[in-house]
Amino acid sequence: MILQVKGLTKRFGGLTAVFDVTFDIPEGQILGLIGPNGAGKTTLFNCINGVYAPEEGRVIFRGQDMTGWKPYRVARLGLARTHQIVKPLSELTAKQNVMVGACFGREEHSLAGAAKIADEVLEFVGLFERAEQLAGNLNVAQKKRLELARALASRPYLLLLDEVLAGLNISEITTMLEIIRKIRDQGITILMIEHVMHAIMNVSERILVMDFGELIAKGTPEEIANNERVIEAYLGDPKLAARLMQQNDQQGMEVYDDTGNS
Amino acid sequence: MKNWRNHLGLLIPVLSIVGIAIGVRITGNPATREVFFTVLKAIALASSLNIILGYTGYVSFAHIVFFGLGGYVGFYFMSVRGWSLWLAMLMGGLAAGALAFLLGRAILHLRGAYFALATIGVNAAMQAFINNFEPFGGPIGMTLNFQVYQQYGGAAKALEMTFYVLVVLTLIVVMVSYLVKTSKFGLGLLAIREDEDAAEVMGVAAPNAKTWAYVISAILPGIVGALFFFKNGNIEPHDAFPLASSIEMIVMVMLGGQGTVLGPILGATVYQRMRGSLLTSAIFKNIQLSVAGALLLLIVLFVPAGVVGWLRNRFPKLRRVLQ
Amino acid sequence: MESLLTFLVDGLLLGFVYGIAAMGMTLIWGVMKVINLSHNVLIAYSMFGVYLLFNGLGINLYLAIILVAILGLLLGILIYIVAVHRVINAPQLSTLLATFSVSMIMTGVGTAAWTTSPRNVEFSLGSFSLGPVTLAGTRVVAGLVAILATAGLYLFLYRTRPGRYIRAVANNREAAEMVGVPSNQILALSFGLGAMLAAVAGGLIATIFPFNILSGMNYQLKSFVIGVLGGLGNPIGSLVGGLILGTLEGIVPMFMETSWVPVIEFGLFVLIISFRPAGLFGARQ
Repeated sequence: MILQVKGLTKRFGGLTAVFDVTFDIPEGQILGLIGPNGAGKTTLFNCINGVYAPEEGRVIFRGQDMTGWKPYRVARLGLARTHQIVKPLSELTAKQNVMVGACFGREEHSLAGAAKIADEVLEFVGLFERAEQLAGNLNVAQKKRLELARALASRPYLLLLDEVLAGLNISEITTMLEIIRKIRDQGITILMIEHVMHAIMNVSERILVMDFGELIAKGTPEEIANNERVIEAYLGDPKLAARLMQQNDQQGMEVYDDTGNS
Repeated sequence: MKNWRNHLGLLIPVLSIVGIAIGVRITGNPATREVFFTVLKAIALASSLNIILGYTGYVSFAHIVFFGLGGYVGFYFMSVRGWSLWLAMLMGGLAAGALAFLLGRAILHLRGAYFALATIGVNAAMQAFINNFEPFGGPIGMTLNFQVYQQYGGAAKALEMTFYVLVVLTLIVVMVSYLVKTSKFGLGLLAIREDEDAAEVMGVAAPNAKTWAYVISAILPGIVGALFFFKNGNIEPHDAFPLASSIEMIVMVMLGGQGTVLGPILGATVYQRMRGSLLTSAIFKNIQLSVAGALLLLIVLFVPAGVVGWLRNRFPKLRRVLQ
Repeated sequence: MESLLTFLVDGLLLGFVYGIAAMGMTLIWGVMKVINLSHNVLIAYSMFGVYLLFNGLGINLYLAIILVAILGLLLGILIYIVAVHRVINAPQLSTLLATFSVSMIMTGVGTAAWTTSPRNVEFSLGSFSLGPVTLAGTRVVAGLVAILATAGLYLFLYRTRPGRYIRAVANNREAAEMVGVPSNQILALSFGLGAMLAAVAGGLIATIFPFNILSGMNYQLKSFVIGVLGGLGNPIGSLVGGLILGTLEGIVPMFMETSWVPVIEFGLFVLIISFRPAGLFGARQ
């Protein structure tokens, strides 16, 4: 198990954002994390990589209990993360952005070594031509790839991706999913938050579902798609969920378009 | 240096300072030397401020405090303890560095405007404190016994010597600035400036990095302060900690281009010369401050990257030379 | 014991006036997250304004303060439009330097026009005796006017439409814009309001103490300390902070040299901002 989260609870004053979350990630897996807005997914990420210190619970990474460690210590262990709203280092070039990841990540390269790694990684995510452009001048899709490149440059064992597909069009999503699979094939474990359902169902081996701060389901994509609690969480009405389940059993999965017609 | 082409960015800064030194030597005119003494002092202070302001992104309105403290500590050791100028300068630098370390622990965890505000408070507190501190002469300050200059060949020779010492110090600051900028440590500072949280997530140990940047930025002003007040012959609280000076340093850094090695040099030179000429002109004497203010406003509103920053953006090919 | 009480009440009255000055600064911070470094010249210019109107034109002192307050409002709006608006969304350093450059410009002009020699509004309302305490009339009136101004500000912010808009913009500018609040105008108005409070404070201080073109800096620093004490962005906190500071200033000289007062003030300032940046009472979010 590359990551073990046990009984994680995070409170902000009177609000419990994450409650008693427990799960493991085996090495080399792509684990999806889904849930309605406000479920606490990003907060969970923040607790894992040290932006927040949890009130209760443990986070154990490759055997090291790193609960409450500061983000920069976590990064040195080999855990990298991207953000839901990208955080480019705007006045630095794309290459410099990636070099920061290489210099201060797990392998702590010198500037020269980091430059080489930056070239490789930028090539890998398809940003090589833009290496000398200021990060602030890239478009959203490019910034997302840059954020991913930065994380990869730190040579992580585990990569936390927070809605890396948000705001991308269909072809950009396909490209990104390709890159994510290639990353996994290189041996990096991935935990990803996503709202683009068909994408995450497609690419994940297992899925976690959160609602109101709690883990309500764990399983394969098929199991999750048929899980009553999950459907209820997204649709809100238990009776509707039961009726849908009945219909599905009788008719097989149907596809609905935006107007509710099949 | 064998790969000198990688260090083109150091060329103009070093040449300009050496150029000033040679120019002054050739003219042999004490008045010119005095003028450029103030220019070099401004360059040294602005360049050191740039390390915490331009590279790390933390706006300090209290940079003069390191200069003043270094001045007082150095002065104390020379005038009360009879130590040599060199040791006094060293003590000044150490004192400033120590203050930066302690201060950093207290206020560097503050972000943005809160940090700036805190430094405003620090500046005022420091001045008020020294004003009451009897060992440093309280509101009257301290005066150097003229005899001290005899150790350096008499007053006139001592004055000339301080100029060349300042040249060396300024060269050191500029080189330190360049080294920081082109080092891995400097990359970490730039990352902190752009987005401190993202930098931490990427592994930059921000608290330590900031503290180091602050200490490095403080030592040279401390040394320069000791030298300056040795030359001055006396030191008083409002001479040592003028709030206006901290602001002027920020103007110089902004004018020339924050975050560059050359920017503070250019900004300091232009600003000091402008200030000097305004002060001596009968018409503009009183509104020298207004002219400086108007200049600052124009820069902030229209050219926030400063002259060097603007040039780098406009002519990307020149970036290697204009560091 | 009598003199302690006098010092205390005196300090409180002065504290109300300081509170007004601080409110001018914290209002601007609360609405647009801008630290107004031209606060000092707004105070200094209003001192001179009152002086010129009263000593020069013989206008009633408190009427002069009202006039100066209105001029302060207009000047504040002007400063916003010229210097602040363009960089309102830029990094905080920009607005800091923009307002600071306004301060430099106005200080330079003021020094050229009025030199740095101190002025005194020669005005006295005699003294009031309330039980064991004897107070200067001007101070009592200054304190009362400050309290009135606070009440006025409160009524404006909570009982009028523009006031509601200001609170909306302070809370969440984007959301306010989406429901149709003209945020640019509100920002300008808020800045003007902050300037007006500074002007009122300056005018009142001028009735009590002598001043010169550089005096504003002292009160600006006090406003920082008060703002941090009470929580930046919290006007009520500013008032309380002002009272605390005024009391401190009143009482400390009884126990040590007056010259130590600034050390205590700024030391406290640095301590609080380091360990409780939200102030003793927390800023209103």
